Amino acid sequence: MNLTLKIWRQKDSNAKGQMVDYKVTDISEHMSFLEMMDVLNEQLIAGGEEPVAFDHDCREGICGMCSMYINGEAHGPDRGVTTCQLHMRMFKDGDTITIEPFRAAAFPVIKDLVVDRTAFDRIQHAGGYISVNTSGNTQDANNIPISKHAADEAMDAATCIGCGACVATCKNSSAMLFVGAKVSQYALLPQGQVEAADRVRNMVAQMDLEGFGNCTNTGACEIECPKGISLDNIARMNRELMKAQF
Amino acid sequence: MALDSKVPKGPIKDKWTEYKNHINLVNPANKRHIDVIVVGTGLAGGSAAATLAELGYNVKAFCYQDSPRRAHSIAAQGGINAAKNYQGDGDSTYRLFYDTVKGGDYRSREANVYRLAEVSANIIDQCVAQGVPFARDYGGLLDNRSFGGVLVSRTFYAKGQTGQQLLLGAYSAMNRQIARGKIQMYNRHEMLDVVKVDGKARGIIARNLITGEIERHSAHAVVIATGGYGNVYFLSTNAMGSNATAAWKIHKKGAYFANPCYTQIHPTCIPRSGDYQSKLTLMSESLRNDGRIWVPKNMEDVMAIREGRKKPTDLSEDERDYYLERRYPAFGNLVPRDVASRAAKERCDAGYGVNATGEAVYLDFASAIERYGKEQARIQNIENPSAQKVYDLGKAIVEAKYGNLFQMYEKIVDEDPYKTPMMIYPATHYTMGGVWVDYNLMTTVDGLYCIGEANFSDHGANRLGASALMQGLADGYFVLPYTIGDYLSNDIRTGKIPTDTKEFDEAEKEVKDRIDFFVNNKGQHSVDYYHKKLGQIMWDKCGMSRNEQGLKEAMAEIKELREDFWKNVKVPGSANEMNPELEKAGRVADFLELGELFAKDALNRNESCGGHFREESVELDGEQKGEAKRNDKEFAYVAAWEYKGEPADAVLHKEELEFNDIELKQRSYK
Repeated sequence: MNLTLKIWRQKDSNAKGQMVDYKVTDISEHMSFLEMMDVLNEQLIAGGEEPVAFDHDCREGICGMCSMYINGEAHGPDRGVTTCQLHMRMFKDGDTITIEPFRAAAFPVIKDLVVDRTAFDRIQHAGGYISVNTSGNTQDANNIPISKHAADEAMDAATCIGCGACVATCKNSSAMLFVGAKVSQYALLPQGQVEAADRVRNMVAQMDLEGFGNCTNTGACEIECPKGISLDNIARMNRELMKAQF
Repeated sequence: MALDSKVPKGPIKDKWTEYKNHINLVNPANKRHIDVIVVGTGLAGGSAAATLAELGYNVKAFCYQDSPRRAHSIAAQGGINAAKNYQGDGDSTYRLFYDTVKGGDYRSREANVYRLAEVSANIIDQCVAQGVPFARDYGGLLDNRSFGGVLVSRTFYAKGQTGQQLLLGAYSAMNRQIARGKIQMYNRHEMLDVVKVDGKARGIIARNLITGEIERHSAHAVVIATGGYGNVYFLSTNAMGSNATAAWKIHKKGAYFANPCYTQIHPTCIPRSGDYQSKLTLMSESLRNDGRIWVPKNMEDVMAIREGRKKPTDLSEDERDYYLERRYPAFGNLVPRDVASRAAKERCDAGYGVNATGEAVYLDFASAIERYGKEQARIQNIENPSAQKVYDLGKAIVEAKYGNLFQMYEKIVDEDPYKTPMMIYPATHYTMGGVWVDYNLMTTVDGLYCIGEANFSDHGANRLGASALMQGLADGYFVLPYTIGDYLSNDIRTGKIPTDTKEFDEAEKEVKDRIDFFVNNKGQHSVDYYHKKLGQIMWDKCGMSRNEQGLKEAMAEIKELREDFWKNVKVPGSANEMNPELEKAGRVADFLELGELFAKDALNRNESCGGHFREESVELDGEQKGEAKRNDKEFAYVAAWEYKGEPADAVLHKEELEFNDIELKQRSYK
């Protein structure tokens, strides 16, 4: 198929950006979206232009690095996938596709489609861990039974890949789905209880400090999340925060 | 230089304990005066950085990604082995040790593997304490599954995302230390050279990938934990950024590179579909627990399927060749990866491949769905369930076990794997070769360590499933923190290592000159053009089966390609900005050298072992007829290569492998 791409080009964080049009031809429906971008970049290099910078790595939907905003949706029109797993069969011959970086004040653009998501790391530094030494002198793992239900729910929350689609999708640029998932994982496990109050207070405080907005229960984040992280995690985070205040 | 493995004396089961009892320690108050650089933040690097920081050292950690959480360890799916024997099915430290040495085709170092098996149980305890949500059974205890090449259930898992959860565990441990100021984290930084002072590793040159700035960082010791070099094939299951640059740069500065030709070919990958393809996607080997692998028995059916006249589900049971069950009745579909991969290639080479390219076999879940469905009907007291009911009940069980893998397959191939069998084909996955290290995990350069996939030590010529995660975390959490302390105990009076010295000047100049060359060379071909060509040579001539003539041709072709690269490569953009093409150019330049050493090593190793099938070395008769033939008399050694300029001039050093606790036997899975 032949496509027109409208892509956000921006030299660096200080430069002014703009949308630029490109044409690509002979795109196979079996290609992934990023392979289509590879084709475009080869074409640009051959023509002596600078290729489009975009973040990507594992191309298996698990590292959370790819972060494109395609036709007004984080990770594009398919559900439950990252951009690297979006396939060109979702598009039609002759389509015009708009490609932008994730937009949020807390995710400044570094270049073209590459944004800085280290705000997520700093939220984790504020408490996204259990304070246990890595010595291996811990008790036997089966000494504290964990119900299958709790373990599965913790796993569902822990499945978050930290891609930031929730923030990019939210009209308030809220990071609550991400933070809620992290808080939930530990809140559901017995190992996470001792520090639970400090953890949620510190992570939420850091989240606010980074300039993320608040949640207004629109639910767009859940719909666009490539890993199907549930809004329940936001409710659980709020409950944990309430508990921590008293 | 003679290779000294520094393996402690004494019985194998006491070596590690005795060693730990007698090494030099660094007083806690002195640790804060010692700096350690850790390059790479996957399972090995992340766990090492966290633990060293926790012990009190000042750690500087580097990764090329935007966050340590994205290291490619995250993509490991199936699980992690540990000799816990929770199942009571006969597991033990010795048995895990035995399986790993045998699985590696007797080409790993016994003492290292025993230590790995010994600390494996601690890893699970550690990770559970960190909040890693491993799968549990209904009683609340940890669940296990089985993997290829073993007869016990010792694999712990977190759905099909075990690597992700273990990495996030190590990442959380790092976060705790970053918050305390004990780890300085350098995201989006790439190590481009190591700096040696008086023969010791004392720092690195790194490039800030956002600004392009070249930085100097000093330390008392340097740890390389940058993973494997599977991307030398261009198409592999590795992440796009996975590279060999750090490992190759230290090789050029004196670290020997061991067994480069040992690459694991993973049997359960999604087959390639076109020339544009950028990488291959792996699906967990755990699928072989329930999937049965087959191709049609008759050539007419193969042709009918390829031409779309028949569907795989049209073939009856006796029209199918379940070739693994036929050839290896004891292990069946759970033979080790090298055996499963070679068997698939053998059937496809014989013309029985089931897709358009002829490079695919079926992985079929129909009988598992039926078996689970019937079992569920019994459990739920459903009398005379309809076929549809059995299917629905069985599908739910399979979905609970492998749901995310099935979803991933469907997204990529656009076919429902519950209804029609998956198509799979082997692909390059993990590299067992790597930087040579001694028992202390130190390279042939003083103070320079190498851990995880980047080193060579624990997996021999092949890697069993669920053993890579185990090695990464064992090295980082439990081995290196002891062994490096023994070395650093000599550095308590050294003080800060200055970076304004001639050694740093020289290393930095070398790095800058190379970058300047790339951005100023006005060639015609992109970096990917060269990478793809290299990959094709590697797959055709240094792939799953190799022969003398092909390997000699490969060496000559890679050399020629490398020369062309340095004349005609084209890198747009400048050095002082984010420039992904420039990053790739440096990495591919290194792959173009590593690839040639790879072929040279494969040429030298005139025996079949592990994933390395040498066509000249095959069993001619007996029960093992047609299987790979290992040659212990001549090749029971580690091939450690010393850099001498051109890869073709590398000098071979041999570490003879001694097997005192395991008898060298033919590996049979019949």
